[in-house]
Order: sequence, then C-alpha cells, then structure tokens
Amino acid sequence: MTTTDTLVRANLLRDTRNVLVRELRPTLRDPFTLIFSLLQPLVFLGLFAPLLIGSSGQPAGETLQWFVPGVLVMIVLFGTGATGSNLQYEMMTGSHERTLVAPLGRSSLLIGRALKEVAPIVVQALIIVLIALPFGFTINPLGLLAGLALLAVFGVGLGSLSYALTLGTKNREWLFWGVQQSLIFPLLNLSGMLLPLDDGPGWMRTVAAVNPVNWVVQAERALFAGDFGDTAVAWGWLSGGAVAIVGLIVGIRAIRRSS
Amino acid sequence: MVFYSRVMTDEHIIETEGLTKVFTVKKAEVAAVTDLTFAATRGELVAFLGPNGAGKSTSLRMLTTLIPPTSGTARVVGHDIRADAAGVRARIGYVGQLTSGSFAQRVRDELLSQGAFYGMTRRDSIRRADELIESLDLGGFATRTVQQLSGGQKRRLDIALGLMHAPPLLFLDEPSTGLDPQSRANLWEHILQLRRQHGTTVFLTTHYLEEADRYAERVMVMDRGRIIADDQADALKATLAGDVLTFGFADASQASAAHPIVANLTPREVTREGTSLSLAVPDGDRLLPVIVRELDAAGIAVSRATGVPPTLDDVFLALTGRTLREAGEGDAATAEEADTESAVTTTQTGVLS
Repeated sequence: MTTTDTLVRANLLRDTRNVLVRELRPTLRDPFTLIFSLLQPLVFLGLFAPLLIGSSGQPAGETLQWFVPGVLVMIVLFGTGATGSNLQYEMMTGSHERTLVAPLGRSSLLIGRALKEVAPIVVQALIIVLIALPFGFTINPLGLLAGLALLAVFGVGLGSLSYALTLGTKNREWLFWGVQQSLIFPLLNLSGMLLPLDDGPGWMRTVAAVNPVNWVVQAERALFAGDFGDTAVAWGWLSGGAVAIVGLIVGIRAIRRSS
Repeated sequence: MVFYSRVMTDEHIIETEGLTKVFTVKKAEVAAVTDLTFAATRGELVAFLGPNGAGKSTSLRMLTTLIPPTSGTARVVGHDIRADAAGVRARIGYVGQLTSGSFAQRVRDELLSQGAFYGMTRRDSIRRADELIESLDLGGFATRTVQQLSGGQKRRLDIALGLMHAPPLLFLDEPSTGLDPQSRANLWEHILQLRRQHGTTVFLTTHYLEEADRYAERVMVMDRGRIIADDQADALKATLAGDVLTFGFADASQASAAHPIVANLTPREVTREGTSLSLAVPDGDRLLPVIVRELDAAGIAVSRATGVPPTLDDVFLALTGRTLREAGEGDAATAEEADTESAVTTTQTGVLS
C-alpha cells in the first residue's frame, strides 16, 4: 500500500493537467459520443446549405465558404454552452464535492474542465470541414489552423461561462437551462451565422456589431479563405480572447465560492 | 446536558473550539451546529450519532473545509481549517453521502484520477487502485462506467476513492447507507484493516445504531446542533440508559405490592404498567437475581423476569426524551431547508481556498 504524500499542495499546472486528463478520459474511451454530437450541425449543413445555395444564386463552393465557418461556430456555441450540464450532474451527485475536498486548486478545477472543450471542438470542426470539401469548400491550411485555434479560445471562454452559470444556479437546474436557452438563440441569430444580416433591420445590425459571436464568425470566414489582412480577423480574436478572459475570470470566481 | 468523560491526550488529530455554523433560511438564522468543542485522538474510531438534521453532516463539512464555519476554530491533522484549508485537504479522506464517482467515468479511471489528485505516482496509483478494486469486490466492474454500477457497487467505489491515498484521517458521512449486509460487513472489514495497518483515524456519521455500537470506540451523540454526550458506547449505555429489567406478575395487585420492594433496592425510578414493573439500571446482571430473591422472600411470585441490554437509542431517549427515529422525523424538514440554504449562504459568505 502506498503511503500518503502529506506534502502535496495545489499546483496550477499539475492540477490542471490532472483535471484535464480526467475530463478527457470519457471522450477518449468512447469517441462515438463526439460523432453523435455532430448530428445537429450535419442536419444544419444538409438542410440549410442547399437552401442557401438555391436562394443566393452563387456557386455551391462560394456559399459553403460563407456557411461552413458559421456552422463551426455553432458547434462551439451549442457544445460548450451546454457543457455546464456535465458539472451540474456531478454537483447533483457527490463527484464535484469530492474534487472540492481533494488538494486541487479551485482554479485548476475550472481551467482543466474548460480546456477539455478544445478536444471535441477541434475534432468536430475537422470532420465538418472534411465533409464539406467534396462540395467545393476550400481551405487555406494556415487559415484552418488559425481558425481552429480561435474556435478553441472562444470555446474555452464559453465553456467557463457555462460552468459559472451552473455553479451560480446550484440546486436550480431549470434556471441553468432557462438562462442558457435564452442566451444561445439570440446570440446565434444575431451573429449572421446561418443567415446574412446585411439586409436585416438596423437594430439587428447594431446588436450584431456588439455580439462577439458575430465577430468570431466573420473572423472564421476570413481565416478559412486565407484573408489574414481582413479587420474581421483582428476583431474576431479580440472578441474570442475577451470571451475567454471574462469566462475564465467569472468561472474561477464561481468555483472558488463553490461548496 | 453535555456528558464528557474521556481524557484527552496530546495527540489530537482533530481539535475544535466553539465551532458554529449558522445558515440563513428565509431571512431567519438557523443554527445548524452550535459550539462544537471536542478533540479526537490519533487512531480513534469516532462515530457521530444523531437523527437527521442533528448537525452531523454540517460538522463534517466544516471539518473537511467544504463550508466555512460561522465562528469558532478547528485544527484537523494539525492544520487550521480556515487558514490552511489546502493543508487539511491533503491529509484527509472524505466519503460523502452521495455518489463520489462521476457517472461518465470508468471505475478504474476514477481511482487513477483520484491518485493523481493526491500527488501519487501513476505506478503507485495503479497498484493501490488494483488493491482496492480487489478488496472491495469491484473486480468485475473496473472497466464499467459509474452509471452502470448498482447502488451497492457505487458505494463501494465511493469508499475506495476515499481510501485511495491512504489518508491518516478518514471522514465517512453515512458510509454504509444503501449497502447490503454483506457489502456493509466487507466495508467495515476494510476500514478496520486500514486502522490496524496504518493507525488511520476514522470519523464517521451514522444513524445505524448497531454500527456505532459495534465498531466505534467513541460515540458522540448530537442533537439539534449540539453534542449532548461523548464517551464509549458501553459507558454511555451503562451510565445514561442501563439494562432494562422487566418483571411480570399474575395480577395488578401483586405488581403494586412488589413496587415498593423493588424501589427500595435501587435509586432508579421503577415504573408500573398493568401487571409489570420495569426499571433501567446500570448493573442489571447483578440486580435481577437480587430482586427476584427479595420478592420471593416477601411471598410475591414473579411470573416473568427479563433483562435487556440497553441500546444507543435508549441513550438518546434518556438524554432527549425522544427516540432517534422520532427526532429524525421531527428535524428532517428543518435540515432539508438548511441544506438548501447552505448553498446560498456559503456563496455569500465566501471561500476556503
């Protein structure tokens, strides 16, 4: 039997890595869950893309060039936005409580969980891109890498906010879903993710201008096209980075108050 | 009333002084734990006994740094629960009331993660996980996810998680609830083995009277947030409850005639009910034949004489005037409210980082 290391103390890097490894294990053990969660974006891709191609009068490739980056952001929005429900489940059982009693830094508990979001985002985005390629979607390899990195940063921020929402709505899981659903759909529709906002009413364009999701979508479109000089790229990184920083700060504060 | 008789040594693994937790429930303050003051010696097996809502779990949550106390101090394994919560966490094991394993995780993976959380090397974690899987009969389920386990299997995993890093102090909150008798026996065997091999101090809450009675070296009885008795189970029973002696007679007149004779033989209260007399005495084995002889000498025939050893429920009854079950039913609603409120209050009052 092992003796206890009574000197073990919280260590941000080590603890974050341990939490991350634990969080990733179920996905690695059962990667089918990743594929299954692609069903919704694939349905959007299969049903919306033909409509957009038909109504835009543009070649399929050009339409997909506009549409696919939006679908990738949508995956992040839905996936990481709901990830707090995993923590919610662990709070309803005693799993979260056990980790709170372990000698882990509270920050690591949040950061490790949030970083876990990167893996499914990257895998799912690559699968969607591969599916779209035969239909005329083209990618700039560097743009693809930068786009995936931006999605990851944005996803870490959204995931952290989702966890913060879970912690803030402890014992009231209905409130988590109420708030989450109330935010996700306006953010989605006011980002020009699925339909262009150019012809929308002025108020929609005004709200979209301050919607970080909109800037991330535009940045993804520019990056995938290899248009690195587009100002949307800078705005996208600024927005994604801001969401990540705010998300981590809010999330860490929430988990430090957790009991 | 507080009944303390244990001599406290210098080797205290837990020391508390006036530990108090007050929750705010619907703008009213509810004291869940009041002035908890005690010391537990290294290597002891202490049972916290009391009905639902007595404050047992709240006490444990304070000692394990899950919630901050409203006032008072506590040192656990030599570390202050407020000033050095991380130091406490590194040195304790905790098995809560709920399922500790994440439902999506596999049993063995969860144990390996737990080892990593406590700074164990992967090699040590693997060896220890395999040891626990075998000893807690989890061998057939090691690669199953937690959600695929039965209630008893989940509980055994909880225990394994708490024991993974072989802590010097193990807190168990209602550890055997939901286990079948065999699993419960296995669990206790493991806990006792851990104590024998490593001198692990075990501090548990339970409302299984027979468990506290059989295994605990020391029983702390809690009611309405306060410790009302603290001693060895046998001492508590002998001092506070005593053996219950019952004598049956042919008719009520004989019982009436016997009453003063029995009352003369003991300072304890003798109760007459119909054709029976009963009394609780600390030395029932000695007194029962004496009473029978005295009644026989007075010409009163005893048709039935029984001596029943007391239970801890009798102790609780003697201390509070209620049985544990009655107390549990009465206090459960309040406890539930306080539990719900604890989340809000703790969020407001802050952090043990």
